[in-house]
Amino acid sequence: MSASILQENKEKFEELQRTIDEYKDKEGPLMPIMHKAQDLFGYLPIEVQEYIAEALDIPVTDIYGVATFYSQFTLKPQGKYTIGVCMGTACYVKGAQAVLDELKKELNIEAGDTTEDYQFTLEATRCLGACGLAPVIMINDDVYGRLVPSDIKGIIDKYRDK
Amino acid sequence: MEFFRSHVLICGGTGCHSSGSADVMETFKTELEKHNLEKEIKLVQTGCFGLCAVGPVVIVYPEGAFYSRITADDVPRIVTEHLLKGRIVTDLLYHDSIHEDEVIKSLNEVEFYKKQKRIALRNCGVIDPENIDEYIAFDGYKALGKVLLEMTPEETIEIIKASGLRGRGGAGFPTGLKWEFTAKAESDKKYVCCNADEGDPGAFMDRSILEGDPHSVLEAMTIAGYAVGADQGYIYVRAEYPIAVKRLTIAIGQAREAGLLGKNIFGTDFSFDIELRLGAGAFVCGEETALMASIEGYRGEPRPRPPFPAVKGVFGKPTLLNNVETYANIPQIILNGPEWFQTIGTEKSKGTKVFALGGKINNTGLVEVPMGTTLREIIYEVGGGIPNGKKFKAAQTGGPSGGCIPVEHLDTPIDYDSLAKVGSMMGSGGLIVMDEDNCMVDIARFFLDFTVDESCGKCPPCRIGTKRMLEILDRIVEGKGEEGDIEKLEELGKTIKSASLCGLGQTAPNPVLSTLQYFRDEYEAHIRDKRCPAGVCQKLLQIIIQADLCKGCGLCVKVCPVDAISGERRSPHTIDQSKCIKCGACLEKCPFKAIVKG
Repeated sequence: MSASILQENKEKFEELQRTIDEYKDKEGPLMPIMHKAQDLFGYLPIEVQEYIAEALDIPVTDIYGVATFYSQFTLKPQGKYTIGVCMGTACYVKGAQAVLDELKKELNIEAGDTTEDYQFTLEATRCLGACGLAPVIMINDDVYGRLVPSDIKGIIDKYRDK
Repeated sequence: MEFFRSHVLICGGTGCHSSGSADVMETFKTELEKHNLEKEIKLVQTGCFGLCAVGPVVIVYPEGAFYSRITADDVPRIVTEHLLKGRIVTDLLYHDSIHEDEVIKSLNEVEFYKKQKRIALRNCGVIDPENIDEYIAFDGYKALGKVLLEMTPEETIEIIKASGLRGRGGAGFPTGLKWEFTAKAESDKKYVCCNADEGDPGAFMDRSILEGDPHSVLEAMTIAGYAVGADQGYIYVRAEYPIAVKRLTIAIGQAREAGLLGKNIFGTDFSFDIELRLGAGAFVCGEETALMASIEGYRGEPRPRPPFPAVKGVFGKPTLLNNVETYANIPQIILNGPEWFQTIGTEKSKGTKVFALGGKINNTGLVEVPMGTTLREIIYEVGGGIPNGKKFKAAQTGGPSGGCIPVEHLDTPIDYDSLAKVGSMMGSGGLIVMDEDNCMVDIARFFLDFTVDESCGKCPPCRIGTKRMLEILDRIVEGKGEEGDIEKLEELGKTIKSASLCGLGQTAPNPVLSTLQYFRDEYEAHIRDKRCPAGVCQKLLQIIIQADLCKGCGLCVKVCPVDAISGERRSPHTIDQSKCIKCGACLEKCPFKAIVKG
């Protein structure tokens, strides 16, 4: 394992270790530990996967398998702000596609990608359950509802240099 | 005990929260302090009231004043006028909540609530979900006490069986039977699980119950644990539901502290505890065997049944798995008896069903109606009809596993069997209304796109078959459909349904098959005439400037990103169709509504 990433993120690894200790002897410990790792690092670099594999004494392929199966786990670093465009049915029938297209244009990236300055990641997400406000986007924890494409620029500008 | 002269209930459900109810709550707090009212008036953050369309919603008791679309700016007026001077701020009230003479209606006189019967949602929007005492004050944990102190596990199961309750997750399996199978399995260890992996797009019933009344689920799971002989429970909840996760965590902590979870509950020798497990964004994990694989920490891939979970479930042990809404019914059935539950609903579908109303409907939100209520009643009476005078085209139920129900079946009573008969299914309860502006081929493509993405890849019919169907649909919406495509879709659909391993694949073709059944002419228009009747499919669209309406103002020329529009100033403009990318920017901009899709 690369020693440098361990050094640079000493505190994060210590916190991860505490979660590992908490779950290690429980049944089915892997998912809660991976959730914690994703929270701490923002993504799951291979070094973190190796660390968990060693701590739980399971093959790293198992961890990679789980990490690639679930859409919430990511192997790539994410932007500071993740923009989730809800593509649930209610949002879709009320024009979510046009909102997503506008965001792609505004940020000049495709869904699933991150801007070069790591400010924004654009995701087309599953139903966020705020169907009453369709169409909806979420920027980190902030929700914006009842959108039309012309609202997008103003919203994005608020996060540009924050 | 403290007494308050007024209670202000603020909806803290996801819909209202997203519309800014947290700000409203904060402003109420500071305003009440400013006027020294904090000892006289109690603020309560509740779960979902159901009427998300007009959120944030605030209700003030004892008057029952139903304020809608409240922002922080409205709060000082409500505090000084209503709470201080006793004058209700009528212009902020929900329009249907007052009579013509401005007298306030009781909630069950309001059109939206009139036909509803709240069993699973009974406490949502009434109590503070973060306070166990409020739940207890509404008979909370009384059913658990009754079961533990007065009944045997067998008697408990008999009551659930006699009630006729069927699983609310979609398939409608009799709940009591499931309990009995799990109880009869012999093992040193058993588990009780709650499926809170509500993944159908457009469905948020379970979310609202977890956010509005988490203790009802904990209580029911504990009852189930006693009935089947389990001492450990898991709630598998979507990580996309942060508020639900937070309130469940609080509720579990409070129940443990009160001795309602943990060792020797109610002083008996029965022990039971519950742990949360978070999903990580995989739709297939709503399928029971995939869910259990995920709890165990593996990729959420389903496995063949039998063995059923009642025999071999989580960690290889007998496991009872029910859905959130199913559990929310349990305490009421225990308290009121199976005969009471039997009186509600239809012959084969007892009780109520919660629906998430969404799409092209006025009252988007959450409703709970007795089984047997017709679609027409839900859409036009409870739901308030379709906005902007548009025409109803279809109601989609059952999410990606369900189908689209056309206008000729609007009088179908909602229950498991009637919905299956018209080619859809109950599903978990998403009900999306579509109007004349929605293209049914596009909707079918949308759902297939979803299932292709969410197929776990384990079995070929689902992995390859749905992909082939999507490719055909993609061609059709792009104007490259061929004769024979419809027949190919039908054949593939039938094969996938019969050959797939789990419920995801077995139901994935339903949106296509049901739209083919009822809206075949739309498919034909796409394939033969290269035309999208609803004007949705971009590649089949032309954007046209109507010469008689165009004033030649030139706004469209400026906004067009590809310079496709030209014309002399003050004379009608034209669009070069070879350049036009159909973005619709000109259409939005035109002040004279001269530009149309055709």
